[in-house]
Amino acid sequence: MADPIVTARGVDIFYDTTQAIINVDLDILPNKVTALIGPSGCGKSTFLRAINRMNDLIPICRMTGEMKIAGQDIYDPKVDVVALRAQVGMVFQKPNPFPKSIFENVAYGLKIHKMTTSKTELQDRVEWSLKNAGLWDEVADRLDQPGNSLSGGQQQRLCIARAIAVKPRVILMDEPCSALDPIATAVVEELIDNLRKDYTIVIVTHSMQQAARISQRTAFFHLGTLVEFGDTKTIFTTPVDERTQNYITGRIG
Amino acid sequence: MIDLTKQSGFNLPGRHRAEKRFQWAGRSAIAISLLFLAIMVGTIFRDASGVFRQTQIAVQVDLSADPASVSYGRMVKAGLRGMFPDVTSRRDKKRLYNLVSSEGSFEVARMVTENPDLMGGTQTLWLTASDDLDLYVRGKVDTTLPERQRRISDAEIAWVGELQATGQLRRVINWGFLTGGDSREPELAGILSALVGSAYSLAVCFALSFPIGIGAAIYLEEFAPANRLSDLIEVNINNLAAVPSIVFGLLGLSIFLGYMGLPRSSPLVGGMVLALMTLPTIIIAARAALRAVPPSFKEAALALGASPVQAVFHHVFPVAMPGMLTGAIIGMAQALGETAPLLMIGMVAFIVDIPESILEPATALPVQIFLWADSPERAFTEKTAAAIIVLLIFLITMNLIAILLRRKLETRF
Repeated sequence: MADPIVTARGVDIFYDTTQAIINVDLDILPNKVTALIGPSGCGKSTFLRAINRMNDLIPICRMTGEMKIAGQDIYDPKVDVVALRAQVGMVFQKPNPFPKSIFENVAYGLKIHKMTTSKTELQDRVEWSLKNAGLWDEVADRLDQPGNSLSGGQQQRLCIARAIAVKPRVILMDEPCSALDPIATAVVEELIDNLRKDYTIVIVTHSMQQAARISQRTAFFHLGTLVEFGDTKTIFTTPVDERTQNYITGRIG
Repeated sequence: MIDLTKQSGFNLPGRHRAEKRFQWAGRSAIAISLLFLAIMVGTIFRDASGVFRQTQIAVQVDLSADPASVSYGRMVKAGLRGMFPDVTSRRDKKRLYNLVSSEGSFEVARMVTENPDLMGGTQTLWLTASDDLDLYVRGKVDTTLPERQRRISDAEIAWVGELQATGQLRRVINWGFLTGGDSREPELAGILSALVGSAYSLAVCFALSFPIGIGAAIYLEEFAPANRLSDLIEVNINNLAAVPSIVFGLLGLSIFLGYMGLPRSSPLVGGMVLALMTLPTIIIAARAALRAVPPSFKEAALALGASPVQAVFHHVFPVAMPGMLTGAIIGMAQALGETAPLLMIGMVAFIVDIPESILEPATALPVQIFLWADSPERAFTEKTAAAIIVLLIFLITMNLIAILLRRKLETRF
């Protein structure tokens, strides 16, 4: 088995005095989709946001323990959070394209990181990103239209294109399909499965069917603790813990 | 079977009545405010109507004498005597001279400078009539009153009748009101010097308060650490917004004039004082506009690896810009109507010349309105109303520009 790309050891996260994550150890394997599931308020989103330090934005949020990406402690004071986030992209629950054109949305990350040297290279990279996000055929002739003129599903794929444009190693997805209808969800799920070849994906989802469909590894959180973690098949067919059993059969949640 | 058309039960009639009552209350509130607005605008326009045109008298002026030895004033007087040769007594002569504005000699001088060919012969010149004559011609003088209680005597009325009969009296559009500076004579007083003074002051005010205010708002809203100092600053900004404007005038007097020695009565200092006054308004409005930007834009930018400054300036600032502009315009409108602080720094002076830079003495529209409203001559009442119209048009133009800018910048999300 390949070395894990993200390793969490003894992670505790507090909001002021409330502890949201209690002593979590978790290894995320490269080129796999890892699903974080669990009832609302179990801390799975908090844990996800700790992987690219988005929790830094919340002043009362505090973390202890160790979070490493490719062997580097990301909470080391020497780590530049900008460099980290260029390596760990994120897709949010609600599609949030910038109020700019489709092209500008995808090009933004490339521009701020100065990843392209010429205009044609920038255009090629935007096209590549939109193709990989399965959106190119739908928007090729209207790249100058505002990003929010697209449908919800298209907007979410635009956000995925925006995230992959800077070629991160890990993409975090916080319930990316919760605002989408089943058809758009199916499209995004297929996209996630395709992206797995090149990226490592961590996805928080409320839908156990979705976790079962698209993930290879599943982590079940309950009340801030990691209850069970393993291959998705094992978790869904032969869960060890009673709480996992209850959750996936719909008795709690 | 339920009958949905029946209005009994659920207290439906009572709820409908409450709804009707509220709607009518709202409508009457709007009607009453519209009525007051109409009364106000109507009164202003009625009072100002006299300013749009002015009366002129054709005077035969002998311009053959050398202006170095004979003043234009004497030439005008001689011309008036020539038109009414039977006026002999000293008192009547004085009355006769009063038909023409007492600054008629300046008008002649101006005409001659503009057209030197006039010199050397007798010319028919149209000179501005005095304000009393103008009022009489427009029927604003009650001639049933005894002569001693009127500003215009029976003799003058007779002369005016004669002038009218011979076509030596005319009414023309009063462009001088829009192109001239202030004057002691109401018939010659113009608004331009005050208008230019106001425009300069507002330009200075905007140039100072907009960038400073927006900068302060962005820092406080997006970057400042949440601690006691930030709270203290916030409370103080809110309090400053409610400080009476004359206090800012006093501050300007002691610091800008007294300590820094900047030129008194100048639009520069006026604009600086107005900027102090406007800053809290702009900061508060700009912070509200920044807060209204969905945090998801900033989050998305940060998650892509944008630095906090990039996230704010690329994504939050452009979306908040229309709202910040609205706040700035509210502040500017307030500043435009402000009189008290300008009195403190000497922008209340009698200014005839149109200021040519922000360092020259000037006055401002509201101060000019105050000065004219304070003048005893009846004709200044009309000037006051006309100045108010100019102020309102200035204000409406400013708001229109703001609305157009906002439309252009607005992003939908």
